[in-house]
Amino acid sequence: MMKSFDPVAFGVFIALFLLVTVLGFFAARWRKGDLTQLSEWGLGGRRFGSVVTWFLLGGDLYTAYTFVAVPALMFGAGAVGFFAVPYAAIAYVFMFIAFPRLWSVARAKGYVTGADFVRGRFGSRSLALAVALTGIVATMPYIALQLVGMEVVLAGLGIHGEWPLIIAFVILAAYTYASGLRAPAMIAVVKDVLIYATVIAAVIVIPGELGGYAKIFAAVPAKSLILSADPFNNPGQFSYASLALGSALALFLYPHAATGVMSASSRHVVKRNAVALPAYSLVLGLVALLGFMALAAGVKAMPQYADGFKTFGNNYAVPALFLEMFPGWFVGVAFAAIAIGALVPAAIMSIACANLFTRNIYREFFRPECSPREESQVAKIVSLVVKLGALIFILEGQSKTAIELQLLGGIWIIQTLPSLMLGLYTRWLHHRALLIGWMAGMLAGTWMAAQSGFKASVYVLHFAGMTIPCYAALSSLVLNIAVSVVLSLLFNAFLAQRMDATAAEDYA
Amino acid sequence: MDGGKRGGLRLIHLLLLLPFVAMLWLPFYNKRLPDLDGIPFFYWYQILWVALTATILYVVYVAEGRE
Repeated sequence: MMKSFDPVAFGVFIALFLLVTVLGFFAARWRKGDLTQLSEWGLGGRRFGSVVTWFLLGGDLYTAYTFVAVPALMFGAGAVGFFAVPYAAIAYVFMFIAFPRLWSVARAKGYVTGADFVRGRFGSRSLALAVALTGIVATMPYIALQLVGMEVVLAGLGIHGEWPLIIAFVILAAYTYASGLRAPAMIAVVKDVLIYATVIAAVIVIPGELGGYAKIFAAVPAKSLILSADPFNNPGQFSYASLALGSALALFLYPHAATGVMSASSRHVVKRNAVALPAYSLVLGLVALLGFMALAAGVKAMPQYADGFKTFGNNYAVPALFLEMFPGWFVGVAFAAIAIGALVPAAIMSIACANLFTRNIYREFFRPECSPREESQVAKIVSLVVKLGALIFILEGQSKTAIELQLLGGIWIIQTLPSLMLGLYTRWLHHRALLIGWMAGMLAGTWMAAQSGFKASVYVLHFAGMTIPCYAALSSLVLNIAVSVVLSLLFNAFLAQRMDATAAEDYA
Repeated sequence: MDGGKRGGLRLIHLLLLLPFVAMLWLPFYNKRLPDLDGIPFFYWYQILWVALTATILYVVYVAEGRE
């Protein structure tokens, strides 16, 4: 039996969707700037204050896919899925420490992307190209996953087929083209209000209906309620900690996170946001528990959700839970929250990719003399191409590949840490050593993920007679840093250094 | 950690190590009890540490501003 179509839920959903569409186009006039400049179109003129940045980064980092996949992992695997919570706390310590420096140097030197900074700091076109390509390749599957999140809630509303997805993405592409980063910044406010409302309602209403938290946790299989007592078990304590730390290190290396940071109006805005963004991580912790609530509600065994689980696997757990527990109109609100939650990061990610392509590939290698106007125009077109690519990918039924590529994306993006994050503190590392280290990390990390057929991101290391399950991003990063340091010793002794375009005071 | 003129690394920054220790050392919290209203320790401890991390960042931010 199919979940029947609910006109009330659908009506609320469409009304909210129309609201953000209007906002998206209206955003072009908000704090009006010359949108033919890349820093205006692609960074909102670096004028976003604390509150707007909080909504923008919150909307950017906590994506629709997060809200679907984290509870899905809890639903299927139990405690191990909760690593997203310490990850989403620790990441802000890194943001607080390092990223005000990135903001300052970007402002002082007019950098729009992380790769711009690497180019200036190390004077190496090839290293900047490596950083830019890594960013683009790691982000594209992430955009595709936002579509997966949207597909899941559309199916929950009883809407099937390709057209709804195509229409939603055409609208998204149009207002991103017209308004640039201002559009997702404005829409993020609506998205976050809806998400907060949904989550607060969920944690109040659902435990009441299920008979309290004790009953909910009793539905979780005993062996996956907490992690194994043996730290080296897989999954277990060591893999949990390495996933949390590795993911936290990777988060702000993603181009869409850097774009959010650079669009802030001052370095204090960046710091204040590191303090205030964990509010979203509290919500994420509650969202994760929705996976257990879905277990307790027993939605998987119900015939009306069988089709959804068959098509989307455990990703259908949260939509099924909402359909089971909420009245029709609130289902519309909750699903709109998730669908709009897909639009915001998809827009920012495509803008970030467009900035990287335009600055670090197009202008650097093909049109060094291009005008600011041309630069902005190219970025707008690239943002369309990137979204179109993601759409075709999902419509071709490649959701599984997108998930696997996104898993690899985390392993790849972390390899830019020595150039980007360590580069904010020192330029002792030689640009050639960094490039070789990057290559070593990329190869080793990809190889480790390949050993599981790209299904698992944890690779078991055999070391001094011990078997240690460790997040492949973290172990390959250690190799990357080791290679970068050792070769820097060598290269610094024998090879010339390049010019550093930045000075110590640019970072303060 | 602002480098340059504004103080740089100070004692207060050691506080920033606490979230790492508290959340990455699993033996601290990989247990069911004491539970909180039916929520096992494992879960409420980590959610609590999200709030504590924000508090620590706030304290460091305010302390940095006083230089």
